[in-house]
Amino acid sequence: MLLESPLMATSTLAEQARHNGSGDSEAAKERRDLPGGPLGSLLGRAAGAIGDAISSRLNAELDDRDPDYIRENLPLVWLLSSIWFRGSVRNLGNIPEDRPVLLVGNHSGGNITPDTLIFTLAFSTYFGVERRFFQLAHNLVLASPFGQILRKYGTVTASPENAEKALDSGAALLVYPGGDWEAHRSSLERNRVDFGGRKGFIRLALEQDVPIIPVVSVGGQETALFLSRGNWLARALGVDRLLRLKVMPISIAPPWGLNIGDFLGHVPLPAKITIEVLPPIDLREQFGPEPDVDEVYEEITEQMQETLDALAAERRFPVIG
Amino acid sequence: MRLNESVVISAPAEDIWDYLADPENYLRFMSGVTRWEVADDKPSGLGARYRMLIRVGAAEVGGLIEFVEWTEPRDMAWTSVTGVDQRGRWRIRELDDGRCRVELRFAYGVAGSGIPGWFAELVAAPTLGRHLRRTLHQLKRQVEHERLRAEAERRRAAREGATA
Repeated sequence: MLLESPLMATSTLAEQARHNGSGDSEAAKERRDLPGGPLGSLLGRAAGAIGDAISSRLNAELDDRDPDYIRENLPLVWLLSSIWFRGSVRNLGNIPEDRPVLLVGNHSGGNITPDTLIFTLAFSTYFGVERRFFQLAHNLVLASPFGQILRKYGTVTASPENAEKALDSGAALLVYPGGDWEAHRSSLERNRVDFGGRKGFIRLALEQDVPIIPVVSVGGQETALFLSRGNWLARALGVDRLLRLKVMPISIAPPWGLNIGDFLGHVPLPAKITIEVLPPIDLREQFGPEPDVDEVYEEITEQMQETLDALAAERRFPVIG
Repeated sequence: MRLNESVVISAPAEDIWDYLADPENYLRFMSGVTRWEVADDKPSGLGARYRMLIRVGAAEVGGLIEFVEWTEPRDMAWTSVTGVDQRGRWRIRELDDGRCRVELRFAYGVAGSGIPGWFAELVAAPTLGRHLRRTLHQLKRQVEHERLRAEAERRRAAREGATA
């Protein structure tokens, strides 16, 4: 759930509050109107408190990115990536050095996403921490205890405005269109690219006239035993409406055992992670002056799936790699 | 962390120096190096800058480096401008038997990274040490091979001159 598409979080509680110009948001009204008597009211107030906490911590700016902090923490991230995940990133040379790019990845690992950790390390050491590099994340991620650290790495709230600002500044921008939907897929589907039909990244690339660079990773969904997205549970608990969470994942992961929601994260199993960067796709060059978004979506997801199949074929055993 | 390896090469210091001074050779003999590109107008010599990367663990590490010492044919040293902190030095010293001892010194680290930085340097040391040893052996092979080839060419030219 760490990072996701620019269009994922366009209608958050915080944004609604900002649009209203006060704390009396649509979501707050929604909370007051919750059915269910005292229990519903209690749940509503709890959700409201979470929503307010989120909105108060969502002020991530592009300028929060701190190259010195990233540099000083490279050894720690390198240790985690090299020893625990035995990470490997291939073909970073496919990323143009002198222009803004939209990096589009498949997402794995639940709320603890090793693919992002390893890719950020590889990008920072390959191009240097001086190259501007941002990632879009769900509001809840930035509101979490890790949020303060992530914003120093260039993680900003997933919104079209932030995406445009990042690309306008000449930066490389990493998005995970599948977001929480994909990161919490069952371990049985670990080698499947599943963006859930989210195509906002294509419109963004067309509007900003930047190439899309697919980034495919394998191994992340072996860092726990993911049983179900629990989208039915999210609906039953009402968090799909209150917190815009479409999933309430169920997994078996250390140290919790049965882990519902994954709100506190988990200790990931030391699965071997391999990431491959594909050549840039210039949409207008490849699909004509007015590309069909559906056609582009099919093409990109198919290309990524083929790469993921090839990477998966290199693995002999789960986790061990 | 500083690493230090050396090798004896059967070639004059000038030949070794010429080989090391040519940036096009670096991808041929530097073990683990995935990139060694001239970064500005000056391809070689004091002040020449290169973008270099070496694969260590999960990442290709390096950055922009600049040659800050150029004492022909004895010492050339570089230091990092951006990226992970590093200093490197080639020391070429002639031995009494006409051969040369070539030493490669390499120091690296990340200023301000604290205990994780110290630990990472220790963990990376065996890999980098292997790269350094392999680099020197490949340098020895390349320079000695080049020298044998040049000598053979001279002998052939001399024979052809004599028969003509």
